[in-house]
Amino acid sequence: MTLNESAPVTSQPLRKPLNLNWLGAVPYFAFTFLFLIAPVFYLVIGAFQDSKGGFTLDNMIGLAEPNIARSYWLSIRLSLASAALGTVTGLLLAHALILGGMPLWIRRAISAFSGVASNFAGVPLAFAFIATLGRLGLVTLLLKNLFGLNIYGMGFSLFSFWGLALTYLYFQMPLMLLVITPAIEGLKHEWREVAESLGATGPQYWRMIGMPVLAPSVMGCFLLLFANAFGTLATVIALTGSNFSVVPIVLFQQIRGNVLYNPNLGYALAVGMIIIMTVSNLLYLVLRRRAERWQK
Amino acid sequence: MKPRLGSILIVCAAALYFLVPLIAAFQFSLQMRRGTWSFDAYASVFQSDVFLNALGYSLIASAIAIVVGALLVVPTAYWVRLRLPHLRPVVEFISLLPLIIPSVVLVFGQIRMFGSSSFLPLTTTDFGTNLLLVVGYVVLSLPYMFRAVDSGMAAIDIATLTEAAESLGASRARILFTIIFPNIRAAIVSGAFLTFSICLGEFAIASLLNRNAFGPYLVQLGQDRAYEPAALAIMSFALTWVLMALMQAFAHMKPGQRLLPRFTRSRP
Repeated sequence: MTLNESAPVTSQPLRKPLNLNWLGAVPYFAFTFLFLIAPVFYLVIGAFQDSKGGFTLDNMIGLAEPNIARSYWLSIRLSLASAALGTVTGLLLAHALILGGMPLWIRRAISAFSGVASNFAGVPLAFAFIATLGRLGLVTLLLKNLFGLNIYGMGFSLFSFWGLALTYLYFQMPLMLLVITPAIEGLKHEWREVAESLGATGPQYWRMIGMPVLAPSVMGCFLLLFANAFGTLATVIALTGSNFSVVPIVLFQQIRGNVLYNPNLGYALAVGMIIIMTVSNLLYLVLRRRAERWQK
Repeated sequence: MKPRLGSILIVCAAALYFLVPLIAAFQFSLQMRRGTWSFDAYASVFQSDVFLNALGYSLIASAIAIVVGALLVVPTAYWVRLRLPHLRPVVEFISLLPLIIPSVVLVFGQIRMFGSSSFLPLTTTDFGTNLLLVVGYVVLSLPYMFRAVDSGMAAIDIATLTEAAESLGASRARILFTIIFPNIRAAIVSGAFLTFSICLGEFAIASLLNRNAFGPYLVQLGQDRAYEPAALAIMSFALTWVLMALMQAFAHMKPGQRLLPRFTRSRP
């Protein structure tokens, strides 16, 4: 029997005092509801309405129209390519820095640089790459003058798919390095020693221990990078004007001038973006939770 | 352990990839005067009124967004930790939503919801549109502000501090402004610098609200000029570096530590 149960009933107040604690959270919930949640719901509802306000699935089906489907496909391919590039290079760099026996100051310098570079997106990044790989860029001219390589004559353009992917890499690789570092540091020294004492070779260790342990983290980071690339707008606009019709650009033009001639289809376009971003972020969270099992 | 050759090659390649665009932009920015290297592009940028106006506008908008964001997030994070712990997952979840909702989608919803025929037609007036821009920036900064402030609060014992203050008769507002704010100021400032680096060159929201902000100015400049954009790329990179360094420095401060060392004057 605990003390509470033996306490006389009369000491309990007859009515609970009115609890007003929730009032303190009202400003935050009001603000986020009004300016974040409600606007998004406005678009979601609009995506399922026809021009007269009746319920319809036509707009969501309309996303399969050739020109819209093409821009989704372009966005997805570009995000996949840049995420894959970022994942592989970031992983290689992280491996080289952490397990390759690099001096500490190099590790510190590169991770500090990565903190900056992963935030250095948008228009200035595009300018830096135009000065590097544009038609009159430093590297373009160096390759032409020193090696006789005319990369623009060979079909490369900074303002094309691979040019954009290469530009995105400038913030994707550092981001990968930053988010994968804890996972690689979590690979315990003992695992490697035990594997070696049992006669495993380096590749065997990676195939049977290292990679399976890292896989969820790497997959998760890949999805994070994918979402990161998918939402990128400013860099594309600064590089290509608005000729490169990835989804954010089409949406941007739709908001500016209703280029789809159907406001509700515009809402559906936005909702499609939200769905893709939500799915990749949710999967990222699931995979990260799975990965954290090994990091205790 | 001696560095391995493969690792050295990878690190060198990465360093090259990171540095070459910066070197190229810098070299390009010096070529404005024909035949010689000069800082003319930088001078040209700073002599432009459009640049100064756009930068000034974005500086003010970001600063207001930081203040509003802090005033919104700090009391909420404090109150939720102290009295409404069961709501904390919800508050945190909402604060993370802007990472999922692209800013172009967010501003789309806001423009439609607060358009000319809505219950709160903000986009019809200049003031309302400016307000919407600041609000958009507050929303963009929520994930960073909340995380910074919340981890700042985790480092101090707010329950004990609050009880001590209450037992001395302090009011709620007084507790917040004279005890909680000073104790987590480093966290707030750290979140503020991150917010700054995100909002200063922000493009989608500013452009779609037709504001003469720094982001749209940069895009326009990129279409009109050759050398000034390179100069701005270098300056933006330097600024991002400074902001990130400051953010890191403040993120690692102890609770209640002074932002600047106090200069004590010896008495005569």
